[in-house]
Amino acid sequence: MTIGLPHYLAVAAILFTIGVFGIIMNRKNIIIILMSVELILLAVNINLVAFSVYLHDVVGQIYAMFVLTVAAAEAAVGLAILVTFFRNRGDIAVDDASMMKG
Amino acid sequence: MGLQAIAFYLLAAVTLGAGFLVVTARNPVHSVLFLILAFFTAAGLFVLLGAEFLAMLLVVVYVGAVAVLFLFVVMMLDVDFSALRAGFARYLPIGLVVGGVLAVEMVLVAVTVALKGAAAAHDAPLVPSHEVTNAEAIGRVLYTDYVYFFQAAGLVLLVAMIGAIVLTLRHKPGVKRQDIAKQVARTPKTGMKLVQIQSGQGVREEGISE
Repeated sequence: MTIGLPHYLAVAAILFTIGVFGIIMNRKNIIIILMSVELILLAVNINLVAFSVYLHDVVGQIYAMFVLTVAAAEAAVGLAILVTFFRNRGDIAVDDASMMKG
Repeated sequence: MGLQAIAFYLLAAVTLGAGFLVVTARNPVHSVLFLILAFFTAAGLFVLLGAEFLAMLLVVVYVGAVAVLFLFVVMMLDVDFSALRAGFARYLPIGLVVGGVLAVEMVLVAVTVALKGAAAAHDAPLVPSHEVTNAEAIGRVLYTDYVYFFQAAGLVLLVAMIGAIVLTLRHKPGVKRQDIAKQVARTPKTGMKLVQIQSGQGVREEGISE
């Protein structure tokens, strides 16, 4: 059996699910949550690139590049917020972060 | 074709295994290292698809910058990570149920789309030719049709950089720093004082500062 589009899409779908699973399981550890978000965005990128290659359209890879940019920006700002939060509270348990009564 | 299938299954298995270990590892440092492995093997999948430029971008941006940033933050924060795993066993059933349902749904939808959607018209993947490489093909579209999006992406990165600096920069009071404006504004009149020394009395230090 040759490797085709369904194989890549299945890998991306399972990787996405692992990311969602990680967010559900590690609700207190915001570092793992951020890494799960990165996994989800990686799954999206695999989807975009696979469709781009099998639809013979390079635009999908350009969108994957933009997703990569936004993911990098998100990680940088998220970790900066995390460091500031740790400085103020001395801990990173996100379920204690209820000062704003959200 | 056999070799390609072996490479695909190997890379896919390592990617998914590393991804699973990212969310289940006890030590967050191990999580970050598995994240790096997942990104690396995903880059291998991209190479297999023929998207070499994005594969290299993934290695440079994710492994080189984002994962190292994660590693840096995880090692810098002095946190008891075992306390953060307290609810792991409690959330396991619902996590498995949600994850399983989501995985089955998404795989079914993906396979159906792949076999019956617009992509089914081309059964052969796009291979970079010798005339137009993958990087060149991306550049031809990115710098023409998508040039404003490209600039906007640069702006997003700039805002993220400034935001991260503003969030983490902190001014400590009581630290002596160089004040260049003050130095430049200094004139001989303010910096120097002429004193008449009485003979036999010596020099007494008075009001040297400022």
